[in-house]
Amino acid sequence: MPVSVANSQVVYDAMKGVGVTLVSALPETWLVHLIRIADADPEMTLVRLAKEEEGVGVSAGAHFAGARSAMLMQNHGFLQAINGIVGVSLLYKIPLLMLITDRGSFGEKDPWQTEGGKYTRPVLDALHIAHDDLTRPDEVAPKMAHAMTLAQSSLSPVALLLQRDLMWEEPK
Amino acid sequence: MKRLDCLKAIYPQLEDCAVVTIMGAVAAELYSLGHRPNFFYLEHAMGLASSIGLGIALSQPDRKVVVLDGDGSVLMNLGGLTTLARSRPNNLVHVIFDNETLLSVGGGAPGGYKWFTTATSAGTDLAGIAKAAGFPRAQLVHELGDFEEAALDAIKGDQLTCIVAKVDAEMPKSFLMDVHMLENRFEFPRALQSKGGVS
Repeated sequence: MPVSVANSQVVYDAMKGVGVTLVSALPETWLVHLIRIADADPEMTLVRLAKEEEGVGVSAGAHFAGARSAMLMQNHGFLQAINGIVGVSLLYKIPLLMLITDRGSFGEKDPWQTEGGKYTRPVLDALHIAHDDLTRPDEVAPKMAHAMTLAQSSLSPVALLLQRDLMWEEPK
Repeated sequence: MKRLDCLKAIYPQLEDCAVVTIMGAVAAELYSLGHRPNFFYLEHAMGLASSIGLGIALSQPDRKVVVLDGDGSVLMNLGGLTTLARSRPNNLVHVIFDNETLLSVGGGAPGGYKWFTTATSAGTDLAGIAKAAGFPRAQLVHELGDFEEAALDAIKGDQLTCIVAKVDAEMPKSFLMDVHMLENRFEFPRALQSKGGVS
């Protein structure tokens, strides 16, 4: 599976670097290594969700308890979590770091991934959720730090969109 | 069995716990017994009270977490029961008040008339679902004495427990709560993170 192990590790290290100790997740292809790394790390609490909206609640609880957390999901997971994002994170002003694999953009070969990707940015914008793309490994750590800083200072959800160029290595 | 009597029965034991309630009647009645900074009332996002409880329980393993839920909310996040069960925090007690109706979102009426029932009115067994989801302990109670015994035992104990309490579909005397959502949102983590504990 040509998902980048090296860059998954870069994303994971950056996440830990901003103090994340709890990650809630549902898998998708681009996230398999990230989730495996989290699972293998005794310092990380991994919550395997049944549906993404739960993760918004889990992250809010972690915040109340004084822990930093992140959510790992795909575009459709983000779309699934909207009610929780509005009814918990935005309504109660709670920081939330969302890492969203941005499927369905240029280069997408899976027809079933082509729809969800079209709406991710417009929905983020409609909710006034600050977001940025992670495309190159060297920008991951600084952007992760900036995202977490803004989430904590603005008491808001923020999103980092994990791009194909970062997460996928075409087989040679 | 009345929800308010159940809350009165456990109220003194909630002093050192992190308490997360759902919106509506449960929040208003707990508030009516006396607000404490370690009570968080989730006024929206039905179904996520137990998810918030899970996040607290995993992040503060030495703190007892009590989630005061309802049948309507739980039915909106049934998968959450499986997430709780597999995460199995031994410091979380999940109380579900089951009045078989969506009372607080308009499904109930004065006098206990249920015009918008939930599936529990037609036989859906939430304690059975919790048990089948993998909760090490799940119990259905109909009588106040049984509720009190089960709930106090669970709060003192160290096992993930679900208690489903069949209660009347009765409106609270008042839905008025003189604590703003944001005030509640900021005082709650302060209480949970204060060095001297909650009280």
